[in-house]
Parts: sequence; structure tokens; C-alpha cells
Amino acid sequence: MKTNLFYRRVAVIGAGLTLFKRRIVETPREMSWVAARKALDEAGLELKDIDCVVIGSAPDAFDGVHMKGEYLAHGSGGVRKMVSRVFVGGATGVMVPISAWYHVASGLCQSVLAVAEEKMSPARPHPQSVFRYIWDPITEKPLNPNLIWIFAMEMHRYMYVNKVKKEDIALVSVKNKRNAINNPYAQAPANITVDDVLKSEVLVWPVNLLDVSPVSDGAAAMVITSEDIARRYTDTPVWIEGVGWTLDNTEWTGRELAYPRYLEHAARMAYKMAGIERPNKELDVIEPYDPFDYKELHHIEGLMVAKRGEAVKMLKEGVFDMDGDIPSSPSGGLLGVGNPIAAAGLMKAISIYWQLKGTAGKMQVKKPVHTGLAQAWGDLMQASTVVVMRN
Amino acid sequence: MEVHYLKEEELSRVYTVKYKPNAKYAYTAGQAYSRFLLGLKEKKIIGRKCNKCNRVYVPPRMYCDDCFRPTDEWVEVKDEGIVETAVASFISWTRERIEKPEIVGVIRLFPSTDRDWVFPGLFHRICVEYEDVKDMVVLGKKVRALWKEDRVGSINDIECFRVVE
Ligand SMILES: [Zn+2]
Repeated sequence: MKTNLFYRRVAVIGAGLTLFKRRIVETPREMSWVAARKALDEAGLELKDIDCVVIGSAPDAFDGVHMKGEYLAHGSGGVRKMVSRVFVGGATGVMVPISAWYHVASGLCQSVLAVAEEKMSPARPHPQSVFRYIWDPITEKPLNPNLIWIFAMEMHRYMYVNKVKKEDIALVSVKNKRNAINNPYAQAPANITVDDVLKSEVLVWPVNLLDVSPVSDGAAAMVITSEDIARRYTDTPVWIEGVGWTLDNTEWTGRELAYPRYLEHAARMAYKMAGIERPNKELDVIEPYDPFDYKELHHIEGLMVAKRGEAVKMLKEGVFDMDGDIPSSPSGGLLGVGNPIAAAGLMKAISIYWQLKGTAGKMQVKKPVHTGLAQAWGDLMQASTVVVMRN
Repeated sequence: MEVHYLKEEELSRVYTVKYKPNAKYAYTAGQAYSRFLLGLKEKKIIGRKCNKCNRVYVPPRMYCDDCFRPTDEWVEVKDEGIVETAVASFISWTRERIEKPEIVGVIRLFPSTDRDWVFPGLFHRICVEYEDVKDMVVLGKKVRALWKEDRVGSINDIECFRVVE
């Protein structure tokens, strides 16, 4: 990829989250407002200080509202401002700060409010059914697929190629749900065992209920500004130093599923910008996308933090624990905090921001941290977004 | 300024809007998929080949997305291949529990080799038992399409893929 590397420095100076929960009483707009208001308060800004708004939301069908970007605009502070909605499926949550980054990096805006929202619980009887319309209408939909099929197919291929056992993958769910106990926003914190995961309901073998993140509602927001504004409002800005995103084709049936090459491309772009040559040595804390437990391992390999097929070994050695060398998903991730899709991705970026700011509270990892990474992934196993931050 | 959530007992009092949208779709299969569907009717799996990168697209494409040029020719691939991955679904597409699991996966069709990063691949049902999926024995196995008697030009003209050796 060829990119123009002349741009202005970009900082994060505020963030806000709602509780992640199933069946939140507030509407999507009200949730967006709660998250956006908290982010402005943390930054010390008012809406009049914001130049533009970026809204991230995954499929419209969840909330049951079509053209959700326009719908969410006023709850997100976007009335009579430059507003855009970004949407790359599950990768949307990290595309939101990336989009805000290029609004500021280009010099177009001084300050951006970046908001992500998802409300999955309105779909009846289950949000699963609205996923049917993401498949190819001619060659795939007639087979009545459900979304978990694609993950299960990828997980089984990953296990087969790398000779990884289900009980080892379950350790990710155990770790993340345990980490979520420290997170006041979390929906599914728990002290569980590998046995609990293996004995939970088989949904689509090899995926059991506790291998999957829950159905959730929630919103997240960040205030992203130029260096000038950041210096005026805080002594502890966190810098966005690298961004990367890639979309592979939809032909997931025609490529090797055991390794996420689209993520490697996105990660290389972000590392190049941030000047990272050895991600396994230079990243202090990471939030890889974990809607399913194997996905965290799959992504850790795509991010080149582990060699192919070796993420499990490092996991078992404790490298990714809260007190490990490279704590992974200290927030509790999607498995522990919940998965309101776009909001969950932005929650991961916010988690890294709070870690680097030193305000993660009980979620704060033990070691000193200077460089962190958040990542999201989505669509038909084809999209990935990466953001690298430093303090 | 905190959000709240509906408790289990409150859910019984939820007012549900039931609405069946009057939205129907008549999808076009396009040039490539039309030929593919007609091929299925004749028990043939048709692809498109790009002579620049030698990639074979199954299901077919009129353009090569890497070379960004038209694909060059129609090719027939075998209705045989290797099971790349397989899963057993105990839930329907609406997330209802089903007793007999449905088994689906991806088949890498011949001609192709296990070193190919991209290959003609088909997503379909695989007719094996749950144990074969659970023990992973079906992965890597050679399979062949089981064609339906009455074929209409649909992906469902193939009943499933059956293990042949
Ligand atoms: Zn080509």
C-alpha cells in the first residue's frame, strides 16, 4: 500500500461508554447521547467546540431502523454539522476512530466527536435471523445459513490446520470473562472454567454458547482532536500514531480460512505509520476483537504478535493475562463486556485509551504501558481495522 | 445519566410491534451466476478463469478482482473436492434448537492443490454424521456432489457432498 505520510498529529482527549446490557430501556439515540455527553465531559469540551461528527453502526436491521446514521445524528451531536457514518460490518467500531483520525490528520477539522452505537435486542425472536441478509442471495441464502456457521467454519479450519484443541481455545473465554469482573460497564463478567465452556450448549460445533459473546445493547464515544486543542484541554493526551484498514473479497469459500491475511495487511499499514517493527516486543497492551474466543487467537496471529499457530502456546504461558507481558483484552473484551457490534469495537479503542492515560481503574494492567493497539473485524470474514496509540 | 435495562419480569409487559414488511426482492443472478445456475441443472460446476493470474472463480465472476480486468473463459471444474472445513449446526437460522444437526462446510474443488491460497470453493451441505465432524475426520476428506433428480438451476440442485474415499 502507498500512503501519504504527511499529516497532523491527532490525540484522544475524552471517552464515554454506556452500560453494555441486553434490553436497555433507552433508545439508540438516547444511548448515543449518554456516551457522547460523557466523552465531552471527560474532554472538558462542549458540543459547540466540535467541528464534525463520525457515527459508526453495523447493520441497520438490528435496531430495526433503516438509515441509522441519519437516525442517530441528533443523539450524537451531529445536527447542522459535518456528519458521516462509517460501516464495515463488525470492523466498524475501530473504523470510527480511524475516520475521526483522518478528519483531523488532514487538517479539515480540529475536533471530532466519534460515536458508535448498536442495539441488538429489539430483533424478535432473535437478532440471529436478521443476519440472513448478509449472505449472497443466489449461492448462499438458499442454504438457510445462520451467522454462527461462518465463525464455526473458520474456527474448525483454524483448529485443523494448527492442531489446536477446543479446551485451549476456551481459555480465552475464561480469561476475558474474568477480566470483565473489573469492568463496571460489563454485561457478562464471570469466573468460569474451561469445563463450563465445554459443557455449555453446543450451538454450531465447534462453537458452544460460552465460546460466543452475548447479544447486547450499548454505545461508546470518543473525542478526537488536533494537537493544539489537545494541549489546551489536557496534560495527558493519548496519541493515535497508526491506523490501518483492509477489506478482502467476499469469496471466503475460495481462500484459506486459518489465517486472516486482511488483518495482516491492515496491521502492516498501522505499524508502518507508528514505526513499529516488532509488534510482539513493542506493544504493551492489546485489545484484539473477540466476538468468539478463537477469534482473539486468530487475530493475535494476524497482528503478528504471535507466529502462525502459536497464539495458544503464548496464551497458556500467561503472556496475555492481566499481569502478563502483553495483556490482551484487559477490558474483558466482547466475551466479557458484551457485543453491541460497533460500540464494542469502539469500546476496545477506549479501553486502550484509558490504559495509556492510566485511568482504567481496576482494569489497569500491572505493567507500565506506552503503546497499545485495538482491532476490530467483520463482514464475511473480510474486513479488519487497526489503531495504534501511544501516551 | 446512566442507562437502565429491562428486567425479566418487565419483559412480559413489553409492547411488541408486529409488522410484515411488504418488501419483496427479485434478484438478478447476473451473467456469471446465470451460467453457473444453468450448469448446475446439467450436473456441471462452471467457473470463470482469469488467464493473467490463472485464478479460477467458482462461483464464477465476469471480472478478476485482483487484475481488475475481464475474466477470459468458462471452465468446468470437477464436482469433487476436499473438505476444507465442516461444522454441525444445532440451531436454525432463527436460532431455534434443532435436534438433528445440519452439517455444512466448504469444499475446495478440483483441479486445485492444498498449497493454493485461492481456489474454486463451494459452501454447501456435507452428508456425514455429527461424530465425523466432532472427531474432525471429515476435514481433509475427498467428497463428491450428490445431485438431485429434479434440478431447477439452483444451488439446491446439489443435495450435499458425500465422502468418496
Ligand atoms: Zn486475474
